Amino acid sequence: MSQLTHPMESILRMNRMPHIWCPGCGIGTAMTALAEALNKTQIPLDKVAVVSGIGCTGRVAGYVKLDSFHTTHGRAIPFATGLKLANPELKVVVFSGDGDLVAIGGNHFIHAARRNMDIAVFCVNNFTYGMTGGQLAPTTPPPATSTTTPYGAYEQPFNLAHLADSAGASYVARWTVLHIRRLTKSMTEALQKKGFSFVEIICPCPTLYGRRNRIGDGLQEMQFYRDNCIIQHGADTRTIDIKFRDKIVIGKFVDRERPTFLDALNSRLLEALGNRYEPYGKVTENADRN
Amino acid sequence: MRADPKGVLTGDHYLDGDQACAEGALAAGCRFFAGYPITPSTEIAERFAERIPEAAGVFVQMEDELASMAAVLGAAWGGKKAMTVTSGPGFSLMMENIGLGVMMEVPCVVANVQRGGPSTGLPTLPGQADMMQARWGSHGDYEIIALSPNSPQECFDLVIEAFNLSEQYRVPVMFMMDECVGHLTEKVSIPRPESIEIVDRKWYRGRKENYLPYAVNGDLVPAMVKAGDGYRFHATGLTHDERGYPSTTWQTQEKCVHRLVNKIRQNAENIIKVEKDNVDDADVLVVSYGISSRVAVPAIQQARQQGIRVGHLRLITVWPFPEKMIRELAGRVKAFVMPEINYGQMVFEVERCAAGKAETYLVPHGGGWVHDPKNILQVIEAAAA
Repeated sequence: MSQLTHPMESILRMNRMPHIWCPGCGIGTAMTALAEALNKTQIPLDKVAVVSGIGCTGRVAGYVKLDSFHTTHGRAIPFATGLKLANPELKVVVFSGDGDLVAIGGNHFIHAARRNMDIAVFCVNNFTYGMTGGQLAPTTPPPATSTTTPYGAYEQPFNLAHLADSAGASYVARWTVLHIRRLTKSMTEALQKKGFSFVEIICPCPTLYGRRNRIGDGLQEMQFYRDNCIIQHGADTRTIDIKFRDKIVIGKFVDRERPTFLDALNSRLLEALGNRYEPYGKVTENADRN
Repeated sequence: MRADPKGVLTGDHYLDGDQACAEGALAAGCRFFAGYPITPSTEIAERFAERIPEAAGVFVQMEDELASMAAVLGAAWGGKKAMTVTSGPGFSLMMENIGLGVMMEVPCVVANVQRGGPSTGLPTLPGQADMMQARWGSHGDYEIIALSPNSPQECFDLVIEAFNLSEQYRVPVMFMMDECVGHLTEKVSIPRPESIEIVDRKWYRGRKENYLPYAVNGDLVPAMVKAGDGYRFHATGLTHDERGYPSTTWQTQEKCVHRLVNKIRQNAENIIKVEKDNVDDADVLVVSYGISSRVAVPAIQQARQQGIRVGHLRLITVWPFPEKMIRELAGRVKAFVMPEINYGQMVFEVERCAAGKAETYLVPHGGGWVHDPKNILQVIEAAAA
């Protein structure tokens, strides 16, 4: 009789379970979608590296059975940039939260998109800082309350999809953890896309965001997504701000071709230096999947 | 291991310290450079950007110094020898990720061409006031290696040593230049690649299934792998066990941090390099580093002409501090005199190690220029009296 194994065992560190996430949290679902997407793409797992920053989502790097780096707050993208440029045959994935990637790490986010760095960035957006106890995030829609906006938020949040689009990302999509099949498909596309690809993953944080804002538990927030999400592929990202307890536009918004950082670097140097220059980082396609 | 000829510009050149530092890094095998422009270190980045395309490496100008340091760490895990360079405020911005480099044990080199501070200070003029920041600037407990060259030739030679030490001990090495050394132009002789000794990464060579990223035997330095080789390892800035997995027990903290500190402390005698001149008969010993070591020379010569038995101890390695040597010398000399372009940093280490057995005198300078040798001479005379 064959022993029962978890279908994600080849990608997850089972010896690190149980994970730290709360009941009703969607980060585990997002991580499963990544595992599923990696399986679908057939990218050799030995050539995949996951880089996270700090926060609840930042713990993903510690649970995937891949080369994985849990770095400093906000710096996952520049760390990933160094990793990718040093070893261009790697498929480098950044998996982190909204606070990490677009508050403290916001500058790196826009510059990596501008350079079209060949990395896939998966951002779990739960509208709050979970790890530190539910503070205002750069995504918190007014007038939601948080522990640092006890009378309600009043700052305009970032529209992450628009930010990525306007900074030059090659691929931009937004899904929720309810839309697991579409999310997984989108992650598959993002992983296979050359250049800076970005998927925003809307995710419940019942413990700190949902409960405080009378959205309810994880299930109720998923029901909210079911009732309020509108799939609109190709939507103008300027029009898809996420407002408090309002409709959420989801879908694939951007899928375009631009030279990556290394493509641009190599073509410039070839033009300037001619045969004195050997293109940097030619990827060899001989790695076996295991 | 010998140097890769692609990076070695063999021959005699007329270079400033910044350019020589870039050439040294290339000769050392550095093939990844991430940086952000800041005076007076920018010429290192410029030289590297010009030279790297034909040496099979990559240069990237990042959006700030936080990103530069993070990219260097990522690149080292990607298998490259990597460096960044900075000055003044940029060094402050790198501190958090230098701590990550210490915690993840990432070999890399950070050059700091020191200028006057604090804050924006004197961007184009010298200082030596980041010496304690190099040692203590990131939070938490750790040990670091820092070297201080005093000429363009030494910028070349010693940055190779910096890369070698960073590989041997898996620690970020601080390369503490100053504006004068960085902009001083002199002859630099670059040897043939086969006569440049290079330390390769301490690669793990055991079985994949037995690999533990932070397991050690003997020298306290774990063997390393790179991303993409199938080890499927995890590295974190959190306190971690041998598997690299985070743990919040005090026992894991003790084991983790104790080793980070001890891998440097136990090897201090193998790391430390100094240059001695007339130390054996000295009553007064001038202790110096960087550009101040050159400014001190005329003062020392004049004092000896006056009959004062003064010697010179130049610190090439500043961290780990040559504690044992200073303790021994304190029993033999009457006084230590230390010129520094700051209001007292390394001199406190000398004083601590002298432990009251010899007097310690600082010759301070606020920065923006070097000492007048006369000021150093006056202090030598006072110390000898």
